[in-house]
Amino acid sequence: MSNSTWPLWEVFIRSKQGLNHKHVGSLRAPDATLALENARDVYTRRSEGISIWVVESANIHATDIDEVDSFFEPSDTKIYRHPTFYEVPDGVKHM
Amino acid sequence: MEQKALFEYVLRMADDSLILGQRLGEWCGHGPILEEDIALTNISLDLIGQSISLFDLAAALQGEGKTHDDLAFLRFENQYKNVLLVEQPNGDFAMTILRQFFFDAFRKPFYEALCKSPITQLAAIAEKSLKETRYHLKHTSEWVIRMGDGTEESHARAQAAIDHLWRYTHELFYEDAIDAELQASAQVPSLKAIETSWLETVKAVFAEATLEIPANNWKFDGGRQGRHSEHMGYLLAELQYMQRAYPNMQW
Repeated sequence: MSNSTWPLWEVFIRSKQGLNHKHVGSLRAPDATLALENARDVYTRRSEGISIWVVESANIHATDIDEVDSFFEPSDTKIYRHPTFYEVPDGVKHM
Repeated sequence: MEQKALFEYVLRMADDSLILGQRLGEWCGHGPILEEDIALTNISLDLIGQSISLFDLAAALQGEGKTHDDLAFLRFENQYKNVLLVEQPNGDFAMTILRQFFFDAFRKPFYEALCKSPITQLAAIAEKSLKETRYHLKHTSEWVIRMGDGTEESHARAQAAIDHLWRYTHELFYEDAIDAELQASAQVPSLKAIETSWLETVKAVFAEATLEIPANNWKFDGGRQGRHSEHMGYLLAELQYMQRAYPNMQW
């Protein structure tokens, strides 16, 4: 296997009609068409999906691991944002 | 008599699929990049899957109680009826892709036509295989275009593969008394129209890939009668080894 200089692509697969595309992994390919074909061959061999998205990894912007505290900790103390403070009426089942 | 012709006909198809599948399987673990390694072996598995269905049908037509394994593993070289193209060595990646492209460009219109066969099992196999073959052709066409219209080296390698393999392509459209008999009763399609469709595909892809059809019209055949190139014996030695060494083994 050569150490390829092809760009890296992130692969998203939708398993069924109505569900969201989910990130499943990454792969290398020279362009978008072959990235889709490679994704089909690498990630849908066991009938995992009915739709594939590929995005060049370079186009993904991510949060910085060093900023985890300032990004995410403030929400930890705001439990009132969870919808757990409602009285469920007696007649409602299966909540 | 027609039953015997149909047996031979199905066997030819099955052997094309099996031998090409075996060749592609040799790439397993040796692909130029992981993704393409998996793509080639996926195509290999599709072809071997097709051959199993075809061997099952052939065994039923033969009526000697044989299984698909008997037909796949326990015949002599001159009893295999595949075209010479599919047994040619993998060579470099360009050679493998061009061999596959020539074959896929034939198999797609062939299966399309065979879907209309009144032989229901054969039409069903054609329909299932057509979906796989459409993808194979798409994948190999993409690669032919990228190699031909890529770098100087990829272009040269693709053209060299074409120049070498061209002599084996016309055998894809070989017809003899077996075909004539089945065509007369409209059981199977004529290969004439399929050859036209094949050439259109080849020309269109080569035009985009800036590749040339060779002027040299040197042609080889013999595979349909069981006369194979020197590469076939080595391929069969590897294919048949386990069944020959451990008869009736299963896994």
